[in-house]
This record gives sequence, C-alpha cells and structure tokens, in this order.
Amino acid sequence: MDLLLLLLLPLLGAAFLAGAGASRRAPEINALFSFGTFAAACALIVHVIRHGDLLLGEQQFFIDPFNVFLVGLTAFVGLTTALFSRPYMRVELAHGRLTPGRLRLYHSMYQLFMFTMLLALTTNNMGLLWVAMEGATLSTVLLVTLYRTPGSLEAGWKYFILCGVGIAQALFGTILLYVAAEKVLGAQGVTALLWTHLDAVKGRLEPKVLALAFVFMLVGYGTKVGLVPLHSWLPDAHAEGPTPISAVLSGLLLNVALYAVVRSKVLVEGSLHSRLPSWLLMGFGLASVVVAALLLWRQRDIKRLFAYSSIEHMGLATFAFGMGGPIANFAALLHMTVHSLTKSSIFFSAGHATQKAGTQVMEHIRGLITLSPTVGWGLMLGSLAIVGVPPFGVFTSEFLILTTAMRVQPWATPILLAALAVAFSAIFSKVQPMVFGESSGRRLPHQPALLPVFVHLAIVLVLGLYIPPYLAHWYRAAAQLIGGR
Amino acid sequence: MLPWGQQLLDMCAALLLLLSFAMLSQRRIVTLVNLYAVQGAVLTAATLLLAWRTGERHLYLSAALTIVLKVTFLPWLLRRLLRRLDIYRDSEPRLNVTGTMLVGLLIVVFAFALAQPITRLASTSTRSAIGIAISVVLLAFLMMITRRKAVAQVVGFLSMENGVFFGAMSASYGMPMVVELGVALDVLIAVLVLGVFFFQIREQFDSLDLHHLESLKEHD
Amino acid sequence: MTLGDWITQGLEVLMAVAAAPVLLGWVNQCRAWLQNRRAPSLWLPYRNLHKLFHKEAVLAENASPLFRLAPYVVFGAMVLAAGIIPSMGTRLPLVVSADAIALVGLFVTARVFLALAAMDVGTAFGTLGARREMMVGFLAEPALLMVIFVASMISASTALPAITEHLLSGRVGLSPSLAFSAVAFVLVLLAENGRIPVDNPATHLELTMIHEATLLEYSARHLALMEWAAALKLFNYVCIGFALFLPWGVAEGHIGPLGLLVAIPALAVKLATAGAGLALIETVSAKLRVLRIPEFLASAFLFAVLALLVQVLLGT
Repeated sequence: MDLLLLLLLPLLGAAFLAGAGASRRAPEINALFSFGTFAAACALIVHVIRHGDLLLGEQQFFIDPFNVFLVGLTAFVGLTTALFSRPYMRVELAHGRLTPGRLRLYHSMYQLFMFTMLLALTTNNMGLLWVAMEGATLSTVLLVTLYRTPGSLEAGWKYFILCGVGIAQALFGTILLYVAAEKVLGAQGVTALLWTHLDAVKGRLEPKVLALAFVFMLVGYGTKVGLVPLHSWLPDAHAEGPTPISAVLSGLLLNVALYAVVRSKVLVEGSLHSRLPSWLLMGFGLASVVVAALLLWRQRDIKRLFAYSSIEHMGLATFAFGMGGPIANFAALLHMTVHSLTKSSIFFSAGHATQKAGTQVMEHIRGLITLSPTVGWGLMLGSLAIVGVPPFGVFTSEFLILTTAMRVQPWATPILLAALAVAFSAIFSKVQPMVFGESSGRRLPHQPALLPVFVHLAIVLVLGLYIPPYLAHWYRAAAQLIGGR
Repeated sequence: MLPWGQQLLDMCAALLLLLSFAMLSQRRIVTLVNLYAVQGAVLTAATLLLAWRTGERHLYLSAALTIVLKVTFLPWLLRRLLRRLDIYRDSEPRLNVTGTMLVGLLIVVFAFALAQPITRLASTSTRSAIGIAISVVLLAFLMMITRRKAVAQVVGFLSMENGVFFGAMSASYGMPMVVELGVALDVLIAVLVLGVFFFQIREQFDSLDLHHLESLKEHD
Repeated sequence: MTLGDWITQGLEVLMAVAAAPVLLGWVNQCRAWLQNRRAPSLWLPYRNLHKLFHKEAVLAENASPLFRLAPYVVFGAMVLAAGIIPSMGTRLPLVVSADAIALVGLFVTARVFLALAAMDVGTAFGTLGARREMMVGFLAEPALLMVIFVASMISASTALPAITEHLLSGRVGLSPSLAFSAVAFVLVLLAENGRIPVDNPATHLELTMIHEATLLEYSARHLALMEWAAALKLFNYVCIGFALFLPWGVAEGHIGPLGLLVAIPALAVKLATAGAGLALIETVSAKLRVLRIPEFLASAFLFAVLALLVQVLLGT
C-alpha cells in the first residue's frame, strides 16, 4: 500500500502537471506531490522498521535495508528540491529565460523523474531496473535543454547519446545475466531476473558469463554514475540545465546509478569467487577521484566546479564499495547519503548566487556575504562540508574510507589523500573570494528559499557528530547485504 | 544438414550482419532509415521463425511489437522528420568508408572472441548467432562514433538496440515480457524525445550538423 | 585414372576452348536485345578470330621477344586453367597436380604477362592500361582467394572437384556464407573480365578503358589469341562460379557417354542463363569512374570476408 502510493503519487503528479503545470500555483502543486511522496516513503520506512524486508507485487518489488534508506533519501531530497525550485523557477520566469509552457514541461518531467528513480530503487527485477534507469535519462534530457541555449542543447545531446549508448551496454549485460540465470533457475523466464532469486543461487551461476555481464553493466550504469573516463556528459549537463535539476542529478541520479552497479556487483562477486569486480570498481573509483580532483582547478563555472566535485565523491564511494568489507561498505553508504544532502544544498545556494550575480562564471560572482548573508553562509558552509572539514558527516565517511584503505589497500591511501587535498584547495580557493570580497549583484523579485539548504547542512552536521542507532543498524544491515553476508 | 528452419534463421543472422555493414557505409540518410526498417523486418522474420520452431508464445508478441514499432512507426517518424527538416546527405564521415569497413571487420573478430563463453553456456538452438548479435551492437557503436549528423547517430542508436534485442533472442529466446515491453516503451519515448530535440537543435543552429555541438570543452 | 577420365579431361578442355567465343557472342547478343538494338550474330566472335588469323602480323620496331611470346603464354594459361575446373565431370586427372589456389596462380601469370607486354612497346596507353589492370588484379585477387577459402572451409578441401562433390552430396543447405561469397564472386567476375561497372569491353574511349588499352599494339594472330584468351577467361570464371555455387548437372565419379548426355545440356543451360544474367547486370549498371573501382572491389572483398566470418561464427 505504502509502496503503491510511493510510486503512484509522482506518476499522478506527472500526469496532472502535464495539464496544469503552467498555472500560477504549479510550483506549489509540485511541492505538494513531492511532499505526498515523502510521506509515503516515511510510511514505508516505518513499515520496514517494524516488519523487516518486504517482497510485494508478485515478487516484482523488494524492499531491504539497502534500498529503503535510498528511497527515504530520494523522496526527501525530491521534496526539498521542489521547495527550492518554487522561488527559483519563478525568478527564471521573471528574467525571461523560460516560458510558462516550458515550466509545465519542467514540472511534469520533474515528477516523472522522481517516479523512475523510485521505481529503479524498489524494483526486484533487474530488467525493470534497466527500464527505469533509461526512463530517468529520457525524462531529464528535456530538462537539461530547458533553456534552449546552444550550450544546453549540446549538453543535452551529449547526455542523451553517451547515456543512451551506456545504457544499451547495460541492457546487454542484463541479458547475459538472464542467460546465466535461466540455466540455473529454469526456463520459467519470469523469475530469472528477480534479484532475490538471483541472490539465492548466485554461487551456481556461470562465472565467465557473469564476469562479462558485470563489465557491460559497469560500463553502462557507470556512465550514469559519471565514472572517469565515461564522465564527459556530467559537467555539461549539470552546468547547462536549470539548478534544481543539477541538484537532483548530483544528489539522486548518481546515487541510484551507483545502487544499480552495487546490486550487480553483489551477484557477480558471489558467482565469481575472484576479486575482479572489486578491482574494477576500485580502479574506476580511483581514476575518478584523481582526474576529477585535478580538473577542479581548471573550472571557471561554479556549477561545473561542483559537478566535478560530484564525480570525485562518486569515485570515492565506488572505491569504497570496491574495497568491500563491512566498514568500507558502511562508509560508502554514509558517503552516498551525506554527499547527496551536501551537494544538493550547495547547488541550492549556488543557484541563488548565480541568479543574484546574473552569471555562472565564478570570477564575476563576488561578495555574496554582503549581498545576502544567508546565501553566502550557505555556500561557505556547504563547501566546507563537501571538502570534508570536521565535524560534518562527509568527514566521518571519508575518514572511515581512508582508514579502511590504509588497512586493506595501503597503496591507494597516499593517492586518495593527495587527491582530497587537491580538491580541498581547489574548491576552497574558488569559493572563498565568491563569498567574501567586493559585492556585485542585484535584488531578486522572489525571496530565495534557503530553508532546504540549512536543513540539509544541519542533517549532515548531525550525521557527522552522531548517527542515530536505527540508522546505524540499517547501514550495517545494508553493508552486510552488500558484503554478501 | 541442419533443419531448414535453422538454416533460414542463420540466413537472417547473416543478413543482419550484412545490413550493419551496409549502414556503416551508407552516406544517404534516407537510405539509412530504410536500411533500419529492413533490419527490423529481418528481425521480425527471425523472431517469427524462432517462435514457430520453439513454440514460445511470447515471441509472437515481441515479433508483433517489432513490426509495429521498428518496421513501421519509427521509420515513418524518422522519414517525416527528415522531410520536415530537409536533410538528405550526411557530411563526409570522420573516417573514410574503406577504413571504417576494415575496423568493422576487426570488430566482428573481436565480437566472436567475446561471444565464446556465452555460446558455450547458452542452451538455445540459436546460440551460434550470439556472436553476430554482439557484432551488430558494436558495429552500431562504431557508426555512432564515425557519423557527424545527429539523425545518423540516432539510427545507430536504434540499430544498437536491435542488436541487443537479437542477442536476447538468440541467447535465451527473448527476455521476460515485462522487460521487453518496458524496453520497447523506452525506445519509443527516446525517439519522440529526440524528435523534439531535433527541432530544438535546428531552431537554434539552422542545421543538424553536430560540429555546432562541440563548443563545450574544458578551458585551459 | 582410367582412359575414360582422360577422355573427359580432354573433352572438357576442348569444349571450353571451342565454346568460349560462343559465350561471348551470346552475352553480346543478350545485351543488344536488352538495349533494343539489332543483335549481332552468335558466331561473330568466330568470324573475328578467323579474320584476324589470316592477317599479316605487324610488330612495333622496338618490341622485344616477350611481346611476341605473351599471347601464347596468356592463351596457354587459360587453356590449362580450363583443364582443372570441373565443368562437366569431377574426375579430372589434371586436378591431382593443381588445386584452386594454383588456378588463381595461373590467372596471375596471365595477367603479369599481359601487363608486361602492354608496357613493352612503351606507348602511353599501354602503360596506363597495364597499371590499371594491375590495380584491378591487386584488389580482386584477395577477394577471389577469400571466396575460394570460404568454399574450402565448408568442404575441407581446396580442390575444386572436391568442393563440387561436397556441394552435390546435399550436406550443405542454404548457407549464408555461400550466398555472401557468391555475391563477392560475381563482383570479382565483373572486375576481372572487364565487364561494365569496371570496364567497358565495347569501347575504345581512352580515358576509361582498361583491358583494351593493353591490347592496342597487337594485331593479327597475336590479337586473335589475346581476344580468344579473354573469352576463355570469362568462360573459366563462369565455370568456377558453377563449380562453387551451382554444381547441379555435373557428373560425379566415372562419366560415360550417358553422363555426358546429361552434363553437356546442363552446362549449356547454365551458361545461357549466366550469360543472360551478365548482360542484364551490364545493362542496368553504369560504368564507374576509375577512382571508384577500389571501392567496388573493396566491397567484394568485404562480402568475401563477411562470408568467411559468418562461416566461423555460425559454424560453431
């Protein structure tokens, strides 16, 4: 029931806003639907806490500790982003960058995007997971090109082609998985792609085919995670699309794509009895961390800067999943959570900052603190959180990852530390003059919604100081699940 | 000698490979779309043959899906787009035709090596065609890399999906119906989204040549 | 090897030498009909040969002995080639000493002598023709070899009669790789024999001609031999095509007079059909620019390699 509501509400919202998305109250309706989704997610979480794992809808849907916390996170960030986008999109409308017709497209696609994310998270069927991931790409392509500028069209095209090709590889991987599973589970067909069934028999799946399937799926879903060298769509899409979309792309889509990678890794590792998937994840992860950290220095556009930072953090989480083991998995899950919250809050403040300065070029954004203390502090605190300054939660997860690396993969520790230091200095040296320094900017017709920024940062701060026991229990359960028990 | 149904299936597989090469070398975009339609038709024929030979009911359904979507609707949509956008020829590809062909042949050899473990595992009578399916996927990938025009890249994308579909068919007699329907839906939406997209691109640049879309690079 | 086999062998060679000009005449006749012209007689090539043999040979002053030798070598190579192609029966004593690869070697020998002779006198056209001839050969021979390899892979032998027998045994069904290599073979045949998309045998237009340019300096009996060799080459190619792809009607094992009674009409019907088909291809297609010929032959090579790959892929 909760699940039905969780999936139906955004779908209904998409249909409703497709009709009424241009009306004056549309942003509020959008937020209302998001709130409903969040409430349904909360109900689902409560249900799972009380009754344990769920298997619903003829086994097509499956809720375990791993995905339920991502469902909660997704619905929460979806809600706060909807709240943020309310004044933000009104300002864009007032500045003439959008028309009411495109606003309708925006609202409808926003809800559709939420639906595909939640479907990808809750489905038990690896095939449906693929369908939902592809749906997520399609629903966001037109959002990236919302402004119809040459830059945004190019970004949208790149996004579509790269992720389209990537996702086709993932489909092929899924087919290989199916071939291997059919051999073991019998040819009834319907159950051979269900994750729970696959998980039960993973030890008996043909290792060579599964290794091949994993490579295809890693390339496919890895493109969406933004792993280097498949990352080139990511900064463009983040920089050229509207800011709320940058926030959900970074905060949610990357997480869900990583979720897909991890789900397939669990199966493959169980079958393979070798460390191949781990090494692949560690390799891609480390490459992403290093390359993204180095590229951070060269950025001039504020949204590109934080897009590269997303690549870096996703690489870090991927690396942690690659190391495996309960602590590393725990750290990776925590990192996914805090990164998602921090990064979306940064995009919120960055969005307001660019609206005030009228540009995304960092050299022309100056003195935010005098112009609007809340935006300035929001950006400053967010940046501090993302570079891993204690006591924010990112510090905790990075600390855990680094200490595990020291124990398990000592060779990687200096590389990671150096990359994190480079990222720290790059981001800090660029954000500092933007926040302080001589002011430039203008007044906006609508008051910015900065509540989400501080709510997110507060949660990240709390997570850095104290992880509530049920959450910790959850993370541990999920970490154990990923570790294959 | 193999049973003749099997022989016809092998023939279809070989034709798919040939069509991939034809697409790779074709410079006229309208012909490219036609070749895509033919590829869909061969795929339908193969699906029907397989359905008839194995008695798998759901294959009839997916054959119907293929013929409606990939033989009729999508080519019609693409042709309409081409007419409305006034596109006829692709500009010179990034790599000349002979070079592309040679790379294509190497790709087929690579695909064959890749298909070996899968072929050994699969128990279907069509498992020998898996190598061809992988080739079709990789050749479509090559086509997307070498083409400049947006529509040609899209045809490459669609042909890649055809290859994946054929792979699913030859390795395990198709995917579960839920998944197949979902995939078909996604492909349909993808083409519709792209249709909208083309108009946006042309409105902005007055052309569908992708060299306009090469300005977002890293700054030094 | 019995006496009967040797008789078949002799008959086959004689038949090829005698029937080659008729095949050429038939192709020309069909072309004329298809183009709504009045057709020349079927026997026109014979009359031409007869006329040329009775003329006095004129040689260029600086022609070397090689120039005079070349027509005999070319004609001899073609006759030998005819000896190892199973056009009527598969029991050919000569085949023991030469398989399909040797056959390609014979064609290459003929081509090399043709090109050398064309350059011998030192005129511009001769050199141009020789160069183009070698270019076509350089691109067509790999494709031809590939076609033969595909057939060899299917039947596990490189001897043409063994391939034919394997096909006749009915163990090979509808094979996609054979279909592809048949297409490749037709393309090679058109190129190697100077037929229309590549060369136009009916014209002496300087800028486009290939084969004719190599013969410009020849006259009388030398020219007659060269033209006869060209007709024989076409005949040989068509018969290779039959041996590889359409072996029906060829007698297996020992062949008696009765067997010949089946094999000769079958061959005649196949030749007539192939000739008409060739004329049709030539009528509907346009001559390619010389610069496009490599692309044409590359597609032939591509077809042949695809055939090979498909054979490997699907054969497992």
